[in-house]
Amino acid sequence: MAQTLLCHPGIGPDVEGIALVASDDFSARYDLDRIKGVFSRPAHKLFGEDYRERVLVLNNVKGGVASAWMLNEMASRDVKPAAFVFNRVNPILAQGAALAGLPLVDRFADGDVTTLICNGERIRVRPSEGQVILLDRP
Amino acid sequence: MKLNEEERALLAGEGGRARQWAIRHQIEVGRFFDAEDMVEVDQAHVMADPESLGEAGVRWLSDMAGLPEAERRVRVPTITDPRGVDFAAYKRLHQTDEMATLEERAIRAFEAMGVLMTNTCINYQTILPPVRGEHVAFGDTGVVIYSNAVFGARSNFEGGPSAIAAGLTGRTPRYGYHLEKNRLGTKLFELRHQPKDFSEWGALGAVVGRGSGSYWAVPVITGVENAPTSDDLKHFGAALASFGSVAMFHMPGVTPEAPTLADAFDGPPPPASPITAEDIANVYEGYAARGDKVDVVVFSAPQLSLIELEKVANLLDGRRVHSGTTLIAATSPEIKFAADRMGLTRRIEASGGIVLSGVCFYQSYAREMAEANGWSRLMSNSAKLVNIIGGYGYKPTLATMERCVDSAVAGKVL
Repeated sequence: MAQTLLCHPGIGPDVEGIALVASDDFSARYDLDRIKGVFSRPAHKLFGEDYRERVLVLNNVKGGVASAWMLNEMASRDVKPAAFVFNRVNPILAQGAALAGLPLVDRFADGDVTTLICNGERIRVRPSEGQVILLDRP
Repeated sequence: MKLNEEERALLAGEGGRARQWAIRHQIEVGRFFDAEDMVEVDQAHVMADPESLGEAGVRWLSDMAGLPEAERRVRVPTITDPRGVDFAAYKRLHQTDEMATLEERAIRAFEAMGVLMTNTCINYQTILPPVRGEHVAFGDTGVVIYSNAVFGARSNFEGGPSAIAAGLTGRTPRYGYHLEKNRLGTKLFELRHQPKDFSEWGALGAVVGRGSGSYWAVPVITGVENAPTSDDLKHFGAALASFGSVAMFHMPGVTPEAPTLADAFDGPPPPASPITAEDIANVYEGYAARGDKVDVVVFSAPQLSLIELEKVANLLDGRRVHSGTTLIAATSPEIKFAADRMGLTRRIEASGGIVLSGVCFYQSYAREMAEANGWSRLMSNSAKLVNIIGGYGYKPTLATMERCVDSAVAGKVL
């Protein structure tokens, strides 16, 4: 059984993974310890969480252009998320995902994706189709 | 996306492999944002410090730099954002030789591509300010918001790869702030308190940024009684971009695209959110730590103008930075040269401060510097910096430049 959420067509290949969800915004520079692979900003709702190979489901993107390089660098060391599923992103995350070959989608038809997807839920991201599939939903 | 003949030729590889990668990257990003076509740009500005590049990014740049000259050279003037290592000072800061070596490799690659190593996030104050209506591909959030709002130029946030792509192709996808319709106001804020110094302008940027909350929001700020200085707006814009990921604002009577409030919106303005002295005070209070030992006082983010450096020098004259505290002021190479010539560097360093050239603190391996130097409590008058630096393990405090210097001399947060 599964439920499908529709979004704007995105970037990158299809991927399946476990969702790591919060209503916060995101910046690779502001929020992550990119060596340890954890959220390192104390004020972030995901502080201390391991982000490696999780599908990050977050609200928006914070300032800072560094994520455009950092995603590529994180991917080269396999200390990266599996995919980005956001309500709305800025150009930096799109540019970074494009360089790193990481899946990215945003702009959901059904509303706030951080409430539509549950933390720990198994999901499939299909950027070219503009779909996120909640694999265990009835 | 509609591509013209030249763009189709680049996509077919007729301009070489670097330009083929660049146009592919631009098409992928452009399609994501529903761009209909490309727009030519006059300048590109690349953020690519080694800490964000990492080994993978430097290798990527070096591969590009190894292509034949005709393939790898940028087509429009392309300049750089601050770097991570000041070769004249890195050992004093306990940065490593490995960091310096990575920096050297990145610089060699950029130079092979014809990129001008300006190493600055205040290029609009020091290199070549853009003009109203000029399309550019700028790669620093503070630079983009200042260029869009204060000059009326047109740029999106162009991260390092996309800024390099713009340098190689001379164009960028036409979406976001290249389009007139996206430059209109979306939210209105009314000042009920006039910011008094750089840190208050930064704190105002924090309030408006938190209240805007999206790259696609264009805040409009009314109630500004006196024209701010370029440095005031630099701190305001940098904080606004940092706290809110905002790339554009209007300040009727100050910024060029909205001489009046009516010009700022497509239709009647929305209800205004007031910003009071208490709102500004709350920003400071969020970082307060009176009495704490202060490890490092930083004037950076954005780099300092000559006028700001003079203020630091004036505040330090005849005083000595506490032996347990490091005071750093970061500026661009052009301003550092002027500060050397005018004696400002000598005055700051005579008091125990360090003037860095071509770098910005948070782009300089801030986490590793903290570990190597035993730093935890950081003070700055930059709201942008205190917003960023918590993620690097620092405990930040925002204060005026005067209070930062007083605290550096006392060795504790005053």
